[in-house]
Amino acid sequence: MNEQLISRIVGKFLVPYILLFGLYVQFHGDYGPGGGFQAGVIFASAFVIYTLLFGVEKAMEIAPPVILKLVAAAGVLLYALVGVATLLDGGNYLDYDVLGEYPVAGQHIGIILVELGVGLTVTSVMMLLFFTFSQKDDEEEEGGSR
Amino acid sequence: MIMTQMIDIFLLAFLAVISIAVLRIRDLFTSIVLFGIYSLVSASLFLVLAAADVAFTEAAVGAGIATLLLLATLTHVGREEKVNRQSKAWLPLVIVLVTGGALIYGIVDLPPFGAADNPVQTHVAPRYLLESPNEIDVPNVVTAVLASYRGFDTLGEVVVIFTALVAVLLLIGRSGRREERDAENAANPEKEGGHE
Repeated sequence: MNEQLISRIVGKFLVPYILLFGLYVQFHGDYGPGGGFQAGVIFASAFVIYTLLFGVEKAMEIAPPVILKLVAAAGVLLYALVGVATLLDGGNYLDYDVLGEYPVAGQHIGIILVELGVGLTVTSVMMLLFFTFSQKDDEEEEGGSR
Repeated sequence: MIMTQMIDIFLLAFLAVISIAVLRIRDLFTSIVLFGIYSLVSASLFLVLAAADVAFTEAAVGAGIATLLLLATLTHVGREEKVNRQSKAWLPLVIVLVTGGALIYGIVDLPPFGAADNPVQTHVAPRYLLESPNEIDVPNVVTAVLASYRGFDTLGEVVVIFTALVAVLLLIGRSGRREERDAENAANPEKEGGHE
């Protein structure tokens, strides 16, 4: 995929808007359709387009798998820690009421944090899965097993 | 009303046609693309049912990223399905027909679709709809249910996604040692392949 000039230029234009839309879906999930799951997938799809156009090596320079693995774990951890925080504030696990000055404010803080955790995990998991699947071929070629 | 039903019938017929096509086609590339279209049609059906969040997810995950992952898998396994020349499998066919018949028989006992006094409408849904403006104050009730009322479930879902990643990396991912070796090789190219 070296000479696909038109798709590359169009793709380059698209990627930032897809990323922006992903962020919109992430943080607008309280008001419209969307949330962490959808936002994560949309955000990851921008990187998928980039990978298809410029190759998996270049994409992995921008988003190193080592960091993605950490982010994937951090998302789950963030979600679970919000629950621990509510426990420490004297509520039940994942009962966000106690997080803010008054219950509704606590709910808003809790939902934003939890959705952020979901978004982080889904984004990095989708990107890592795609990288892993697109990468395996050159390993096989190196090993000469085919 | 008639218009909505026409759209429903059209979309459902489309689903049936696509399913049969997926079953009959041996070219895996085509069946993956058909699967993508199947997801897109399902997303439209969810939208007709006014489930915008579900439709959104189905379009992004089912039609988008799942299709891509399947296509990426295709580059490893080849694009032709193996022809199975064994005798016709009658037992599975009987099981499928009996199960399908039982399911259709069960539909008869379901309450009418969309009726106001259905159990699904009278159980926890009214409480969520009436109380969430006071308790959570988030305009999108789906988010309120997903992230707050059902916070445990969603935590479980995120853990499932994380577990899927761990499984894939364990099965076909590059090991940490291999990455280290690649980094070493990149650092001193003259030693390339020396460890194998």
